[in-house]
Amino acid sequence: MLTVVRAPRDADVAPPKLNGPVAAEWLTRFVVDEIRVRRGMERAIVGLSGGIDSAVAAYLCARALGPENVYAFRLPYATSSRSSLDDAQTVADAIGIHLRTIDISGAVDGYLQHEPEADGRRRGNVMARTRMLVLFDQSAKLGGLPVGTGNKTERMLGYFTWHADDTPPVNPLGDLFKTEVWELARHLGIPSALVEKAPSADLEVGQTDERDLGISYARADAVLRLMLRGYSDGQMIVRGFDAADVAIVRRRVESTHWKRHLPTTAMLSNTAINEFYLRPVDY
Amino acid sequence: MRAPEDLRGLRSAKVAILQTKPRKGAYEENLREAGAAFAQIVEGTGAELVAMPEGALTGYFLEGAVYELALSADRFAADLARTWREAGGGDVDIASGFYENDGGTYYNAALYLEVRGATHRIAHVHRKMFLPTYGVFDEERFLSRGRRLQTFETRFGRAAMLICEDIWHSIVPTIAALKDARVLIVPSAAPGRGIDGEGAELTSVAHWRNILTGTAAEHGVYIVYAGLTGFEGGKGLSGSSCIVDPFGAIAVTAGATEATIVEGAIDAGEIDIARASMPLLGDLRGVLPDLLLDDELPLPRAHRDADGR
Repeated sequence: MLTVVRAPRDADVAPPKLNGPVAAEWLTRFVVDEIRVRRGMERAIVGLSGGIDSAVAAYLCARALGPENVYAFRLPYATSSRSSLDDAQTVADAIGIHLRTIDISGAVDGYLQHEPEADGRRRGNVMARTRMLVLFDQSAKLGGLPVGTGNKTERMLGYFTWHADDTPPVNPLGDLFKTEVWELARHLGIPSALVEKAPSADLEVGQTDERDLGISYARADAVLRLMLRGYSDGQMIVRGFDAADVAIVRRRVESTHWKRHLPTTAMLSNTAINEFYLRPVDY
Repeated sequence: MRAPEDLRGLRSAKVAILQTKPRKGAYEENLREAGAAFAQIVEGTGAELVAMPEGALTGYFLEGAVYELALSADRFAADLARTWREAGGGDVDIASGFYENDGGTYYNAALYLEVRGATHRIAHVHRKMFLPTYGVFDEERFLSRGRRLQTFETRFGRAAMLICEDIWHSIVPTIAALKDARVLIVPSAAPGRGIDGEGAELTSVAHWRNILTGTAAEHGVYIVYAGLTGFEGGKGLSGSSCIVDPFGAIAVTAGATEATIVEGAIDAGEIDIARASMPLLGDLRGVLPDLLLDDELPLPRAHRDADGR
């Protein structure tokens, strides 16, 4: 009998391992070039939630600009968990960046008192947009640039508040899947407790991302890796992926294309902005 | 008895690659920056050939701004020659990428400039033939493609310029080599990507190296690769300018993210030795007619009818 060597199914193959040193260096250079070289600024403004995404963004900014130039903000609402605040403190202490806490409860409730019937989704969106407001105001005050923390998985699944989490003008993490953010975090030496805790938007008590999404990040990322390259649902299922996982990811991706674009503008002329008049962002 | 070097017609050259990191669209400012780098080159090894990247003094991703930034070849050549002289430089050859405005037709181009005393001459302009228009690339939306691959004579031997994707199609450097090019100058602007694995660089950079080293070794040519660097709207151009010898070895290379001067040499004698020890190009010349006369190849044939039969 001859030895038979079979190609494994895609679903059974471990995802490619992130090249931590190369990714960290590339993203550090991105922060330097986009903030210091292109815009002539020295400071980064980061909303530090206590989660892994903002921790990684803060680490990269500290590497790029020096910790003394990174201004992090904890922006809790009344229902935010204590552990989120503690984890944000741990990150700030570990890398020596500035950290200030501004309670957004008054601002959020100032509006929501007029909308007492608002459900959890609406209340969460108001909190996210209030945090955006604070970060941009602190940007104007400190002369720094807000740095985004949204990862590729949540961007593809539409799991973010439009014109809130996605507004900072630069984002070093937006092309990294969530599982890659975890790998990068380990490479950067971020405390393991932060890497291993269940991700949460912390907009409602007890909330976790994976419960909201109905799929784990590991499974979603595995599907996304093929889906974004153009594989059909059938092709992915043949390759061993769970049909329910594929359906969850497909539905979320295809119902949220609008969230990954600027507002739709009616075109009336041959000089419509970004349709005919095309100039790069760094021109 | 060994033939003296000059009888074999060998001519070597000191080469400097200026890996630029331009500010988007700031042509005059970037030209001044290049002048400072020219002065450094002049004071250093005194290169005889200076190579610069694709979009060297404008940036690569220009979209519609290309119509505001493209120059005639004459204007770009005059600017480079003047800047070189102002930097204290003497006779030199400069190869550089630029966006060309040829009377209202726009190209992604590279020119080869000879500066001699107070005069200068454009020895060749190559217009990029393969305009990537997929994914992150949108060149053919704004530019016309070049229609001819020409080699041209330099004081260091016959050369060709291939711009970025031009060299990804193996038939292009093959034709250049068949047309007697001994040196391939490759201005490029390659957006870096790929963070899987354990190598010391992005996977796209590793892929580029495989193409360059494989091409050089197959045809016994030097490759002078000038890569643009710097982030443009989040897309990091991956630099990594290098000189590849005709055996396929990388003689010297820059990193991916910093403006850099890469200094090295091309030694014509090495080309002869490489081709003698691995005569693939000579073998190809022998077999080429059989390959090209194959009627199944999708090539225009004078005797074919309208349906290609």
